[in-house]
Amino acid sequence: MEVLLGITGKDFVIVAASKAAMRGASILKSNDDKTRPLNKHNLLAFSGEAGDTIQFTEYIQANIALYSMRNETDLGPSAVASFIRSELAKSLRSRKPYNVNLLLGGVDPISREPSLYWLDYLASSAKLPYAAHGYAQYYCLSILDKHHHPDISFDQGMRILRMCTDELQRRLPIDFKGMTVKVVKKDGIQEVEYDTSKQVLSA
Amino acid sequence: MASGYDRALSVFSPDGHVFQVEYALEAVKRGTCAVGVKGKDIVVLGCEKRSAMKLQDTRITPSKIGLIDTHVCLAFAGLNADARILIDKARLEAQSHRLTVEDPVTIEYITKYVAGVQQRYTQSGGVRPFGISTLIIGFDKGETEPKLYQTEPSGIYSAWKANAIGRSSKTVREFLERNHKDDMDREATISLTVKSLLEVVQTGAKNIEIAIMAPGKTIEMLPAEQIEQYVKTIEAEKQEEQAKKKPGRGGPAGAASLPSRPVTEQEGSTGV
Repeated sequence: MEVLLGITGKDFVIVAASKAAMRGASILKSNDDKTRPLNKHNLLAFSGEAGDTIQFTEYIQANIALYSMRNETDLGPSAVASFIRSELAKSLRSRKPYNVNLLLGGVDPISREPSLYWLDYLASSAKLPYAAHGYAQYYCLSILDKHHHPDISFDQGMRILRMCTDELQRRLPIDFKGMTVKVVKKDGIQEVEYDTSKQVLSA
Repeated sequence: MASGYDRALSVFSPDGHVFQVEYALEAVKRGTCAVGVKGKDIVVLGCEKRSAMKLQDTRITPSKIGLIDTHVCLAFAGLNADARILIDKARLEAQSHRLTVEDPVTIEYITKYVAGVQQRYTQSGGVRPFGISTLIIGFDKGETEPKLYQTEPSGIYSAWKANAIGRSSKTVREFLERNHKDDMDREATISLTVKSLLEVVQTGAKNIEIAIMAPGKTIEMLPAEQIEQYVKTIEAEKQEEQAKKKPGRGGPAGAASLPSRPVTEQEGSTGV
């Protein structure tokens, strides 16, 4: 029951991931960071089988860094998404595929256009204005359908995120220990304070 | 010239030489000059740039100074094409090291790796040694002590306070031996680098490249205008010194200073 959420807006992408590290029904850790910066303008959030997620994202991170060193230029979000997709497709057809689901949030360093890619372990890749992985999809996509608009401001984006997490706190049967929230803008990746300590009562 | 012992790489001559490696060193001597200087808390690389042809696009022509990782920088002298391959191997190793041990490479580690690759190419069949020497500079993670290493085609590596490789490197090294001081500040370090290069670079600022590394920061390429400024002040200082010397010819305690220009120039031109 890991939660991944992504919301794009006018000049930003918000990427949020639940802080609970789980094994079966137990929570092992309540300050887990399921995100990883790939370069200055690209942030990856991941969920799935415990070892696979770290192994796969570290591998992706190293390869993106190697590309930057070799070519003295950073890859944009669409190129990164294509690369990850091809790696997942390769893995899927191997003896033991990675079980990893991903959200990639990025801002193109030249056009400054924000974009969000939804990728799963079957090597699907979709560019979306907002996205979620896991059970969060059932609760959040309807809220996002209703409230999202392509040119919302950052504050509006955070308000929509709040609606989503409130709904998750209300309806998910377990406590996911709050969210790590990061935003990608034209000048890089920043972490955003995000408080979920207030109790949300069920309907 | 040689007696057949330079045909295959992995064959010694009777007196214990591996000729191909020595020829590689010759290729290094013909390459453009590169200088590395350690200061108190920075380390600087300087390179002689071959003067570009009129229609060449200098902005996107590769430089002799390359980044291996964000905290490691390499300059070479010798065959450009060989350097590209070696730099690529080093970059791959740097990222691979990060992936396996979650730490950036230390400067010594990557130097040892580069030297190791160079050594391998002196001992296996069907290959030729890398015709390059390298200077590797940078800072280990979380440390403030500058590092400067050199590697050679044979696979030797060594650590230095200041050193030069390539064309007329002997002249430059001797200059550095005379003028290097411990604990130089940023200005003094850059100035010494430029000064030592001016010993062998005739055309001045536009054929010099300077890269600076500082702790916790990535490479800083000194802009052309600033190099120009360093060159100007150095030339002015030289002229001043010259003027001081002239009237007091044979005078007492005339500050024993730089070697006279003609000598170095001659050596520079014979070195080609």
